[in-house]
Amino acid sequence: MPKRYASIWFRHLLTDQKAIRQPGLKGKAYVFAEPDRGRMLITALTDAARKYGVVEGMTVADARVIAPNLQVFDGKPGRNLKLLTGLAEWFLRYTPLVQLDPPDGLLLDVTGCTHLKGGEKAYLQEIVARLKTIGYDVRPAIADTIGTAWGVARCATSGLIVPEGEHRNALMPLPPSALRLPTEVLLRLRNLGLYQISSFVYMTNPVLRRRFGKNMVLRLKQALGQEAEYLFPLKEPVPYSERLECLEAVSTRPAIEIALNSLLEKLCKRLYGEGLGVRSVLLTWYRVDGENGNISIGTNHPSNRVQHLFKLFFIKLDTIAPGLGIELLVLEALKTDPISNKQSELWSAKGGADSGDVAELLDRLAGRIGTDHINRYLPGEHYWPERTPQPNTDIKKKPESDWRTDKPRPMQLLDQPEPIEAMALTPDYPPKLFIWKGEQHVIVGADGPERIEREWWLEPGEHRDYYIAEDEAGRRYWLFRSGHYKAENKQHWYLHGFFA
Amino acid sequence: MIRWEGFRPPQPGANNDLGLGLIAAAFPDGVFPTGAIHEFISSSPEDTAASGGFIAGLVQKLLDRGGACLWISYTRRIYPPALKLFGVDPDRVIFVDVPLQKDVLWVTEEALKCEGVATVICETKYLSFTESQRLQLAVEKSRVTGFVLRKDVKKVNTTACVTRWQIRPVRSQLRVGMPGVGHPRWQVELLKVRNGRPGNWTVEWKKQNFQTINVPQLTEETRRYA
Repeated sequence: MPKRYASIWFRHLLTDQKAIRQPGLKGKAYVFAEPDRGRMLITALTDAARKYGVVEGMTVADARVIAPNLQVFDGKPGRNLKLLTGLAEWFLRYTPLVQLDPPDGLLLDVTGCTHLKGGEKAYLQEIVARLKTIGYDVRPAIADTIGTAWGVARCATSGLIVPEGEHRNALMPLPPSALRLPTEVLLRLRNLGLYQISSFVYMTNPVLRRRFGKNMVLRLKQALGQEAEYLFPLKEPVPYSERLECLEAVSTRPAIEIALNSLLEKLCKRLYGEGLGVRSVLLTWYRVDGENGNISIGTNHPSNRVQHLFKLFFIKLDTIAPGLGIELLVLEALKTDPISNKQSELWSAKGGADSGDVAELLDRLAGRIGTDHINRYLPGEHYWPERTPQPNTDIKKKPESDWRTDKPRPMQLLDQPEPIEAMALTPDYPPKLFIWKGEQHVIVGADGPERIEREWWLEPGEHRDYYIAEDEAGRRYWLFRSGHYKAENKQHWYLHGFFA
Repeated sequence: MIRWEGFRPPQPGANNDLGLGLIAAAFPDGVFPTGAIHEFISSSPEDTAASGGFIAGLVQKLLDRGGACLWISYTRRIYPPALKLFGVDPDRVIFVDVPLQKDVLWVTEEALKCEGVATVICETKYLSFTESQRLQLAVEKSRVTGFVLRKDVKKVNTTACVTRWQIRPVRSQLRVGMPGVGHPRWQVELLKVRNGRPGNWTVEWKKQNFQTINVPQLTEETRRYA
């Protein structure tokens, strides 16, 4: 399929945007000015201001003389880029490939997109009409090459849709400024009397290159389609994505559910055919009033089951704010993995922790409470009790070393050891009694000490001497003394856990 | 009648022995009811630790048949490496730390409905009658064994759970004259069991198994650490 490109030129990008913000300014003469070498230079102006004879690059003082009612606003450098980015996102509803074209334009790859709106003419008409209702004055053009589309949008008076293969003829009557050339080259062309592209297009390349530079030849060739030119899209298109353009904006929950279901069905069918499953899916919704938002889900296992993915989205559907209505839903599989062979699971009645059933359950739980609250623990190569179990969110990972069973460990471990008052009369012996939360526990049996050194390469501090202590009622505690034995009342004893 | 109450006869050929020994006689048909909800009551952290140990001992056998184990809690203190001492591989247990207390029972119900799960342990403070009914209904279809460990229970209310246990630590015993702390030993009280006989046993966890001690011996006053 031959490529077709559209160029959208925002004729008064900054001033139009100001009028959208402040409707009272519509039709008034006002300009944006930026400081430059101690004076204020006009950077953007309205048609009304242009009528007075104000042009870009004029100083504000001069402009005020010829146009007394002129309103001047401070321009911000980089503002146009910000606006263009927002507009480029808005244009994603017309084509997935949009490139910014500073200072005041956008480039679209519309190959295979126009028929969705009923042809190229209807496509452009809709774009122009909708941007006009928003408040932007645009001139679009469609051609076979980016260069031609750019030039036609800016310089041609008619024939904005250049038919296939006609781009050369369309370029002929246009002035050299249609070729995206710097001002000095344009001035030189003008001084030489070359007012139209047709007057120099037949010159040989070396002649042009010698007089006007390499860049000029490249631009000419790009416009003529003799040199390849590529679009750098704002957003990388996701290989697995589905779009649903709603005929009428949807705003009710059942309608959104139906739309989501049909999107998932299409996506999963495609993935199933290729033996893939999704790990992460993003649903983006575009509202009629230009707002958009997204919800994303993740799965533990690659999955292409519609019901399961739908359930995961279902938990989060409440966060969609449809407002006046949603006109476009895009479903993108951000991460896909090959799906393992299902047959091997037939034999086990109840699979392990990584079986599909459990993975789907964990996805659902993660959707509600968040992935970071679901953990498995693997043995860590640490003696320090707090670091022995290493949290891990991957449910498939196997432990690299065995769990130690040679030392007893408490069933319940306090996050923070709680200070206790203990009476220990002999060094390196467990206390006789301790008071925790105002209750006195007389110790009748104890094991220990088990000295655990602090991992000095991770944190400074004193070692701990752990004791297992059993009180008269049979309750078993894990106590430790921080540091070495010191004189009475200077030791620090802590309660760290409870044994089963 | 027993079937209507949610009991199902044990599957023939399946190994239903959870190593409970004498305690198993308290259950209908002499088999620990799997695919049901068991309630454990504790009023102090020491009791919770003891209950955790007892549950881990039961879970060990249940996990032998495959399936996953979920440990759901709101404020978790369980120390995973300790599970290994009770025969459960800590890396096989998935710990779900629910950030909101009201989500605990939702998460538990979802987990109990999932057939790929072998056991679910839920640490919670409150369990109303209606909530326990929901959990019990969930397991009757999926045959998952659920343990509800209720911490800091001040007042015991009626629930639809099949059993109600209370586990308390009691003094461990070593051979006479030996210093130190012996094997974990608990006072296991089966307060309620549907169609069974409640009872009271002293149980010790020894050699990766429950050992019921018939006659609780008097602890010797003379025993002291060295």
